[in-house]
Amino acid sequence: MIVEAQPAPQPPLRPPHPRIPEPPRRVQVSLQIDGRHVAVDEGSTILDACRSLGIDTPTLCWAPNLTPVNVCRVCVVEVEGSRALVPSCSRPVSDGMVVFTDSERVRLSRRMVLELLMSSVDVSRAPDLLAYAERYHARSDAFGARTPYGEPGSRDLARPGQSRSVPAGAAAAIVGPVKVDNELYVRDYERCILCYRCVEACGEDAQNTFAIAVAGRGFDARISTELAVSLPESACVYCGNCVAVCPTGALMAASEYSMREAGTWDESRQSATETICTYCGVGCPLVLHVQDSRIVKATSPVDSPVTHGNLCIKGRFGFEFVQALPGGR
Amino acid sequence: MFGAGGGTSSYREVEETDLVVLWGSNAREAHPIFFHHVLAALRKGAKLYVVDPRRTSSAAWADGWLGIDVGTDIVLANAVAREIIRSGLHNRDFIKHATVGFEAYAESVEPYTLEWAEARCGVPAALIVELAHAYACADRAELCWTLGITEHHSGVDNVLALINLALLCGHVGRWGSGINPLRGQNNVQGGGDMGALPNKLPGFQDVTDGELRGRFETAWQARVPPESGWHLALMFEAMARGELTSLYVVGENPVQSEADTGRAVSTLKGLDHLVVQDIFLTPTAAMADVVLPATVAAYEAEGTVTSSERRVQRVRRVMEPPEGARDDIWIVCELARRLGHDWGHPTAQEVWDELRSLSPMHAGMSYERLERLGGIQWPCYDEDHPGEVFLHSRLWADPLIGPRAPFSPVVAEAPVDPLTPDFPIRLTTGRHLDSYNTGVQSGGFASPMARGAWIALCREDAMQLGLVDGDAVQVISRRGRIETTVRYDRSLRPGLAFMTLHFQDEAATNVLTIDDWDPKSGTAEFKATAIRVEKIDRNIPSQSLPLSDEAFARPPVRQQAPVGPEPASPAGRT
Repeated sequence: MIVEAQPAPQPPLRPPHPRIPEPPRRVQVSLQIDGRHVAVDEGSTILDACRSLGIDTPTLCWAPNLTPVNVCRVCVVEVEGSRALVPSCSRPVSDGMVVFTDSERVRLSRRMVLELLMSSVDVSRAPDLLAYAERYHARSDAFGARTPYGEPGSRDLARPGQSRSVPAGAAAAIVGPVKVDNELYVRDYERCILCYRCVEACGEDAQNTFAIAVAGRGFDARISTELAVSLPESACVYCGNCVAVCPTGALMAASEYSMREAGTWDESRQSATETICTYCGVGCPLVLHVQDSRIVKATSPVDSPVTHGNLCIKGRFGFEFVQALPGGR
Repeated sequence: MFGAGGGTSSYREVEETDLVVLWGSNAREAHPIFFHHVLAALRKGAKLYVVDPRRTSSAAWADGWLGIDVGTDIVLANAVAREIIRSGLHNRDFIKHATVGFEAYAESVEPYTLEWAEARCGVPAALIVELAHAYACADRAELCWTLGITEHHSGVDNVLALINLALLCGHVGRWGSGINPLRGQNNVQGGGDMGALPNKLPGFQDVTDGELRGRFETAWQARVPPESGWHLALMFEAMARGELTSLYVVGENPVQSEADTGRAVSTLKGLDHLVVQDIFLTPTAAMADVVLPATVAAYEAEGTVTSSERRVQRVRRVMEPPEGARDDIWIVCELARRLGHDWGHPTAQEVWDELRSLSPMHAGMSYERLERLGGIQWPCYDEDHPGEVFLHSRLWADPLIGPRAPFSPVVAEAPVDPLTPDFPIRLTTGRHLDSYNTGVQSGGFASPMARGAWIALCREDAMQLGLVDGDAVQVISRRGRIETTVRYDRSLRPGLAFMTLHFQDEAATNVLTIDDWDPKSGTAEFKATAIRVEKIDRNIPSQSLPLSDEAFARPPVRQQAPVGPEPASPAGRT
């Protein structure tokens, strides 16, 4: 069947290249970051400019496929002439801006943000956050010993104005329980830092399903379905795009969650191979994570122009048929 | 379109268009990530019109929903065309520059007045006018369709009716303007591209063209039959005539996926020899004389697939296949060897490189480039060619390059299965978000969404039949009868029922559907069945199926023991 390559026959008709409108050329803006000069496109953020200089700026609520909501404040930088520190992820650059990313004030602020999060949330499955904590010497007990705030399950019932207290010198810590109400993914809000990424992915930035939003005020603020109903009763369509963007492991595929709980999740033994989803004809790139000859997770590359990292229920969870062998593989 | 079957636009163009028309497509559920691109366009201010008998979750996002009666797409399209022409909104410059046959077309749509169309297709005249003006006046417009257009006995004519609209307004061959069939399966596009069509060699080269055929004969050192082959519907007819006696089925489950199951199964039973190559022992494989256990194409084997935006993309072996399962290429080559032809055991890449030497539109797509560029959109003529974001820009070149695009006047015909007092309800079929085709793949994971088989009716119809949500019913068509339960569905209108094909073991929808097919494409009229629904007392659904219960009850598990040709040494595997 395979013969020596033939000279390719000439196509009978070779049309001209289609004209694709070019994006308007942007004005360059010059600024100074940590004493270094840089020019970037108008409309870029300070974070973009930092990254173009190779300055590693911590981010938690920012994600490449989401609109910045600038809630976590871990990316703050000092801008000359500005009274308050500014979130680099969403502040556009302006000409002549002078930025400091590693001043004492910035370091202190970043450390405090991390310590506040660590005092109230279980960050043990948040690798980025733990790395930042080490960089900025943030301690989880900076505000005292973590103490459960309220009874398990009480947060969903909390009403504005009702406040509970923790002993003096102790840090209020968010209490579960872990929400397991469907076969596909688990919600463990003890690990939630309220970065809003899941809300954005479920909402306007990707899925437009709006199954979840932030409910409550103050320390009782939490990610919730409407009236805190279970996921099967909610508008959720199980695309798992919220799971994909969660930076702390608060949202996790059930398969990964149970492996982690059982102590068998081991990323050092996992391979990640890119292929194409086997369902409809859209052609979504699928990265399949395989451990011990079993697919344990499916993701999609954030830089894919087809998916921007998003999938549907079939793409994200529909791979099980491959390993539906009697008695397992 | 105009020679090469593929969508003309890219997904990123959909994000930058001004108007999206989804015609016979519930992309929100059937193509969810494509719909993300539509949503991005809507967020930027684009308008969306949805033409669908059901008020689907896609229609929920629309500026206008045209609730068309099943099978009247040509009525609506021609009425839209007439309105555009009579309002003087057609693109005269484009029509003159790049098309042929406008006068005859304009004449052919003249009888499709708004009043006449409203009475035939059920869409209010005001909405027909609204769609006509929105489409004609948009700077850029993407017209997209799915099986709601093609799964009719007039499927090809339906498509032509939509292409006519695009030509009328010059909405093709420009950035952000195009005509796009959204492909239902991950490699439907690639299958056609590779020549899995009865009249085409790979790269959409006509099998009847002696010069083109000669190139393949030289490369393959074998004779290529000079006449068009049979498509699926013709194959079934040939089987029924006893002319086609042996069938080799690769990755298809016709026992459950063919319309009119009763007829399909009895036809398959009449074969002398049936070979099925699949990953599961499907009901079709259960009937086979020989089963060739295959690897899962995109998970256990190397190769390429082509998406709805003509993007050829690499699929890779993610994991080892189960023992005994063989790569598709290996099986085909081994079969050839046992039939006395030594094709060796080429790798997927070697097969692809041979294709590139014979199909000009794929010539520039080396594996290295496909991997580096994240896929390439055909045509791609050489290794310096980036692939085409959209097709048919030639129609706008001045002077025009290549032949003019023809208008194709088409005439509306009613569905084959008529509604009568005995069969008063129109049953149409489609897909649910979390399921897929006959469930061979999607049955493998647990979905928290409402799953299973039921017949969906609007509340008015159900109440008139004395049915409440959850009642057991029998559904009867002119071909068969099944039992299932009824569910109220607010997306439906009186006279319209809906079922999926996902749970054929529970409710074999295709026992009801009609296998009258489009003479031009061979696609059966899955979308338009005449039925009646009757209440029954039994709560447990049972089947009246032509196969033994045993064959249908078998769960889809991977077979470990190879059947048929003996496995060769691992060295022979690709």
